[in-house]
Amino acid sequence: MSILVDKDTRVVVQGITGREGGFHTQQMVEYGTNIVAGVTPRKGGEWVGQVPVFDSVVKAVDATGADCSVIFVPAPFAPDAIIEAADAGIPLVVCITEGIPILEMMKVRAFLDQKNTRLIGPNCPGLLTPEGAKVGIMPGHIATPGTVGCVSRSGTLTYEVVYALTAAKMGQSTCVGIGGDPVNGTDFIDVLELFEADPDTEKIVLIGEIGGSDEERAADFIAQNLTKPVVAFIAGRTAPPGKRMGHAGAIVEGGEGSAEEKIAALNRVGVKVADHPEQIPEILSKL
Amino acid sequence: MKLHEYQSKFRFAEYGVPIPQGKLATSPDDVFRIAKEIGGPVVVKAQVLVGGRGKAGGIKLAKTPKEAQKVASGILGMDIKGLTVKKVLVDPAAEIEQEIYLGVTTDRTARKPVIIASGEGGVEIEQVAADTPEKIIRQHIDPFLGVREYQARNLALEIGLSREHWKAFARIADGLFRCYMASDASLAEINPLIVTGDDELLAIDGKMVIDDNALFRQPSLAEMRDMDDEAPAETQARQAGLSYVKLGGEIGCMVNGAGLAMATMDMTQLFGGSPANFLDIGGGAQSDKVAAALRIILADPNVNSVLFNIFGGITRCDEVARGILAALDEIPTDVPMVVRLVGTNEEEGRALLADADMTTATTLAKAAQKAVEAAKSYANAEA
Repeated sequence: MSILVDKDTRVVVQGITGREGGFHTQQMVEYGTNIVAGVTPRKGGEWVGQVPVFDSVVKAVDATGADCSVIFVPAPFAPDAIIEAADAGIPLVVCITEGIPILEMMKVRAFLDQKNTRLIGPNCPGLLTPEGAKVGIMPGHIATPGTVGCVSRSGTLTYEVVYALTAAKMGQSTCVGIGGDPVNGTDFIDVLELFEADPDTEKIVLIGEIGGSDEERAADFIAQNLTKPVVAFIAGRTAPPGKRMGHAGAIVEGGEGSAEEKIAALNRVGVKVADHPEQIPEILSKL
Repeated sequence: MKLHEYQSKFRFAEYGVPIPQGKLATSPDDVFRIAKEIGGPVVVKAQVLVGGRGKAGGIKLAKTPKEAQKVASGILGMDIKGLTVKKVLVDPAAEIEQEIYLGVTTDRTARKPVIIASGEGGVEIEQVAADTPEKIIRQHIDPFLGVREYQARNLALEIGLSREHWKAFARIADGLFRCYMASDASLAEINPLIVTGDDELLAIDGKMVIDDNALFRQPSLAEMRDMDDEAPAETQARQAGLSYVKLGGEIGCMVNGAGLAMATMDMTQLFGGSPANFLDIGGGAQSDKVAAALRIILADPNVNSVLFNIFGGITRCDEVARGILAALDEIPTDVPMVVRLVGTNEEEGRALLADADMTTATTLAKAAQKAVEAAKSYANAEA
């Protein structure tokens, strides 16, 4: 069992004929993900491997019953792709694209708030339910099935943690990359709630980084609502204030968002914070 | 990307925000001419992208054109927090009855723009927020609806602005918000917005920060970038498509992914070293990008060892290895290198580097430890 995606999820790939979309579609298919359709405007009727391409998301949904979309289109067109998927009634949209302007994302969020669509990302590695489905770009071979739920704002740092878990023979229920942008679709709290309700998730790993106050709010939520043990890691202890560290989200602005503040907030509610990613399995094994 | 005061104010003016009728100058003679044109007392203001210009002596009042010319020759060329003043703004001096703060920014938690106002303008707004949070008034703005007049009225009321200024204040709040949206800004700020001796509202200082992710659709703003604001290495990195921030330590770091890059930096500190830089080569980097990154790291004289931490996903380890070899061919160095390659094509990557003089490690902890040790022995050998 898992959250959000499994082997029955019917996935449509938006931007399937692009370089990234094409490559990762192949990777997802090889992993066993049920990719039922692709969308590229003006390329309807073509095929990418065994996957039929449609001109619009509505057409793809009508023909294939897709219930999850993964977006690989470039940043200038990605907001439109998200809105198109939501408008077509798709309940789960995963946007991998990075570099979307914040103002566009605020508009997208305002629109999604009126729809029954959950957005994961943007600027995220997507979702991975080991031996179930990979929706996004996480390297599948590093994960193994199990009972640890992982949620992270970062991409490759998530891989590092999953790799360490697998090496320690601790499998994962689902790995969720929520993305590093300041305005995104799903936050830590949403995913923690899903893991808490999932009977097959026993322990949770939360991977945060400097910037914003998502981790602090997650700490409050954990104190009030979670029965399952959580171990955290926060990247950016050595980052100087006021500097942008690659992710739009990873910026320390005076007084809000430093690693120390986040670690203190998590420690206050009894969440153990690892000093480095490879320490996480050891701490988990003692909980 | 930050805009200068003059760039911000001139842009605000396009949206109906009243600003002083000032002009930009690059020489004391220019300043003399502009001051003469203005005809009364002027303020000469250094245009550099750091705070605290006033305290540093970069803002001066002058009563006559001759005096303006004289203060300008002092300000132009002066150093403010490491930046040389190359331009000054010459504004007519205004009589200040009241100072207000007015800014628009992104509220990440609410996922909406927010207008912030305070009757305590003219000073560091962070300080006001910390000492007297009740004096900071906020209104969230729906990005589709913009600033409604009642919202502007509420702000004016709460900051204690007298009623005859409410209409003018609402026009300014609306203009500032439209400017923020149209410019893809993450901050548009007037501090202070003043009530003048003639009982009018005037934006006498302004600041804007533009969302870097939006520069592709803001070409005219992208051209305004002041290269002096960033270290030359950061400009080089940006042009190569890399994300680089110079720090003070001795261990150069090259990593794929921002989160992992920060975790790698933290790790060097955990083992008793300190990072020389943040450097994210991004996803799917090819060998030329890796070579550019290594050149930037090695140009930093503080670097006593280089730590490569690559977790291949989209990025292929063999591409990274080729980039490292290419850069080393070009710039021979005796700085010790520690490499950790995991993920896509790791075998090929490791094989390529087998003949190079490099330390390898399988875990991040071991790699960081080795990089710290290598830096120490390199520093000792140098000494």
